Amino acid sequence: MGKAVRLRKIEKVAIANRGEVAVRIIHACRDLGLETVLLHSEADVDTLAFRMADERVLIGPAESAKSYLDIEKNILAAVGSGADAIHPGFGFLSENADFAEACEKKHLIFIGPSPESIRLFGDKVSAKQLVKRAGGPVIPGYEGDDQSEERLLAEIEKMGPPVIVKAAGGGGGRGMRVVRSMPEALESIRSARREAKSAFGSEKVFLEKYLDHAKHIEFQIFGDSSGRIFNLFERECSVQRRHQKIIEEAPAAKLDPTVRRRMAKVAVEIAETAKYSGAGTIEFLYQDGEFYFMEMNTRLQVEHPVTELVLGVDLVKAQILTAQGQGLLWAQNELAPRGHAIECRVYAEDPFRGGVPSTGTIQYLHFEPGPGRRYECGLEVGDKVSSHYDPMIAKVIVWDESRPRALRKMVETLRECVIFGVRTNIPYLIKILQNTEFVEGKMSTQFIDTYFKNGLVDVETSNDIRELAKRLESANALGELAPSGGAGVSGGRAAEKSPWLISKS
Amino acid sequence: MSLIESKVNLQSSSFGENRAAMMAFVEELRSQLKKAESGGGLDARDKHKSRGKLLARERIKALVDPGTHFLELSSLAANDLYGGDAPCAGVITGVGSVHGRECMIVANDATVKGGTYFPMTVKKHLRAQEIALENGLPCIYLVDSGGAFLPMQDEVFPDRDHFGRIFYNQARLSAMGVAQISAVMGSCTAGGAYVPAMSDENVIVKGNGTIFLGGPPLVKAATGEVVSAEELGGAKVHCEKSGVTDHFAENDEEALALVREIVSHLNRPPKISIEQRPVREPNYSPNEIYGVIPKDVRTPYDVREVIARIVDASEFHEFKERFATTLVCGFAHIWGYPVGIVANNGVLFSESAQKAAHFIELCDQRAVPLVFLQNITGFMVGKKYENEGIARHGAKMVMAVSNARVPKFTVVIGGSYGAGNYGMCGRAFQPRQLWMWPNARISVMGGEQAANVLLTVKLDQLAAKNQTMTQEEQIEFKRPTLDKYGRESSAYYSTARLWDDGVIDPADTRKVLALGLSASLNREWPSQTKGVFRM
Repeated sequence: MGKAVRLRKIEKVAIANRGEVAVRIIHACRDLGLETVLLHSEADVDTLAFRMADERVLIGPAESAKSYLDIEKNILAAVGSGADAIHPGFGFLSENADFAEACEKKHLIFIGPSPESIRLFGDKVSAKQLVKRAGGPVIPGYEGDDQSEERLLAEIEKMGPPVIVKAAGGGGGRGMRVVRSMPEALESIRSARREAKSAFGSEKVFLEKYLDHAKHIEFQIFGDSSGRIFNLFERECSVQRRHQKIIEEAPAAKLDPTVRRRMAKVAVEIAETAKYSGAGTIEFLYQDGEFYFMEMNTRLQVEHPVTELVLGVDLVKAQILTAQGQGLLWAQNELAPRGHAIECRVYAEDPFRGGVPSTGTIQYLHFEPGPGRRYECGLEVGDKVSSHYDPMIAKVIVWDESRPRALRKMVETLRECVIFGVRTNIPYLIKILQNTEFVEGKMSTQFIDTYFKNGLVDVETSNDIRELAKRLESANALGELAPSGGAGVSGGRAAEKSPWLISKS
Repeated sequence: MSLIESKVNLQSSSFGENRAAMMAFVEELRSQLKKAESGGGLDARDKHKSRGKLLARERIKALVDPGTHFLELSSLAANDLYGGDAPCAGVITGVGSVHGRECMIVANDATVKGGTYFPMTVKKHLRAQEIALENGLPCIYLVDSGGAFLPMQDEVFPDRDHFGRIFYNQARLSAMGVAQISAVMGSCTAGGAYVPAMSDENVIVKGNGTIFLGGPPLVKAATGEVVSAEELGGAKVHCEKSGVTDHFAENDEEALALVREIVSHLNRPPKISIEQRPVREPNYSPNEIYGVIPKDVRTPYDVREVIARIVDASEFHEFKERFATTLVCGFAHIWGYPVGIVANNGVLFSESAQKAAHFIELCDQRAVPLVFLQNITGFMVGKKYENEGIARHGAKMVMAVSNARVPKFTVVIGGSYGAGNYGMCGRAFQPRQLWMWPNARISVMGGEQAANVLLTVKLDQLAAKNQTMTQEEQIEFKRPTLDKYGRESSAYYSTARLWDDGVIDPADTRKVLALGLSASLNREWPSQTKGVFRM
């Protein structure tokens, strides 16, 4: 690409994030010999990242809008601390073009793509146009102004059912109707309109080809400082609950090699067309041999570790090196996934009560080390899980030589996790990992809705307190390192229901 | 089973206003609790910690099973007494789970006047022992106290329910097989020395724990002998020479781990079993109680709306639904435990009292614990009612309540006035636990009523002398009574004097009752006996 590369040495990195990703970034910085400054809220004074960072600056109250999402406060704090770069992690300001731009203005290196790239992919319309230019397939649809029933019916006929009718002003599933056959099309359009009108005040609707058993497959790409785009292969994240990923893996569970090659080619072309720099992810929906571009995430992904494990790379370090204009040691022809990696997101929630968030102080925490096991966690014993932020408290990642072995290892690893103080979704994760459809790799994005819509049903409703006592006793054997020398309540095993157990708040 | 279907509209403006009003009460409660929890203030806490000691609450936290509740009792005891010098009455008491079974925990807070015993401290300690006795809960004393608060010795030392009663109780509890365990984590002077000495098994912490009948200053004054506290009664002395203590701990953490170990060796009998169902959350969130209770106490509302937000799956098998409708009685489950609920839905009439007596008898017969939801202005008055014998009918209810041997739990959710308080299992009727909501009021009658009674008497006296009072004079006459009743009937006035076991957030009612029910299964319930019912 011949872009003039300017080397800009980074010595101190400000971290505009929290939790496990902040810890992940601090590890990468330490490896590179860089100092770290954690920009944190009042709620995060007692967390692992807070204790690990070389410096800390308080940027505001617990409320994200007044701290982690406040551009000015983050920039001021970073500048004040003498940092020369900012890593935004994921979430919060990581995909905010204004933030990236504000960093540039203050001569802070934003560790991520350019503001232009963020803006380009942040806008659905411009992103789709670019993908079309790069020859990528987008989900067929109709978003035209001609809203006559005749036209809409004709468009549905053209795409062929199933087609989804969506309220233009909508969201949250309201004003949405799936047309599964032509005879029901008219009524669906009319009822979607009625609902759209009452919910959003506009009866304008869009049409989109409905993919009812699609897999979520995404490609990790990386643009280095010289403009080269690396294909870091795919991940599958079909196990989602309300669009929130729960289990991710690399490579995809079942994917035809020719399709994989086609998808990779499109992904790289999209990134090249956009002159993309840094880590990015192109998300596709894949169904019946066809794939469609969904969106591009211009940041590090939560599930990046699975890619790291199958490729033997460090994406966060690569991000930092690229940001300071350095080259990478990668060669595309040497990059090939080996074995299989799976990530499970551990959420502080009660799987037996429809996944209601569980907050509290971590009383005891143990992640059993072992070959091919990796844990990303931002908490230690005594730290609090509050309701202010995302309830994800840890990521458990395993690697093994094949998918079946990795699955077995993941179940074992989760069973050996001990988390006391809050309820976790670990029992839920284990159930998913043992589901036949999942084991066979056939799951689609409908998987959770099909099998686990209401969380878990607690079959153990026996309230015999003697039984509980026994459980607590045996848990106590594990808990000897706890400060209280005490027992515990939440782990991979089904939680009991004594009224004494704190379930929330 | 019959479901309660709520008729409350969550979107209505009255719901919002009620909610805001109750939230204000709860906020006030939280801020009072927070204040009380800080104990003797920052300096005292720093000093305490500088000795390597854990704070009383930290000790309790380390003692109970992680991830379990601690059901604290009377957190606001002595709240406005002694010039505010004794937050929490200087002692934290409550029920906690140790190795999966309930124990009574009594922890002195040495940051409050050295953990010395004020009159309310004694009362709170004795109440904890009473609960331990009724429910068969082992007692764990985390001792760190200088003994009686000397300036008030006349109110803490000599009487039956004063300091000495603590040791009497320890002896009686021990005799009944209710384990007495103590950890000496600070001073245990004079009478206080008997807490560990009267315990079945005890632990002492090196350096900080001392036990002696007379401290170094007293020894010097009495005999001229100069001796350090450690030599006089430290951990080494008591574990190696005197034999007053059984286990030696390097620090607080180790002492608490040792106490846990002691509890694990108690070999407690299994809890009694009652028919228990799977736990189901109410169909309506307990948090909605905030908006259900009218902001003006005089506005009537259907108490079933409260019951629906406390009981499992909002299922309520109502008894005599169409008879004496001012009192709601029925069977339900809380956290899977069967309960009989008696709740006020207006003033008590003769029929209400008869219905209550019948229902309470039913529960007693079937060994179903009773839950009273008090919101009662009293029994109906007037010629008609007196002539039909309302006192005789009320007596039936009081007789039934007094002699019911099943565990009883009372929650004052609104007013608690006059004989209504008695019939609805007020403090005198020894419910296992009695809780107040922050909006609750308790007094012999309402302030307005009391002022009017006094005014009427006064006007009658004046009339006899052919005198009268102007409207303004009447208002002036009533004011002191209204002020006095207003102040003295508040939940905080009550809880400061231990007329209850604490003020709770209404949203926690279900949970608190569940914990009480669970604790009540640690000891066989007494068998039924009956008094003479006046028919």
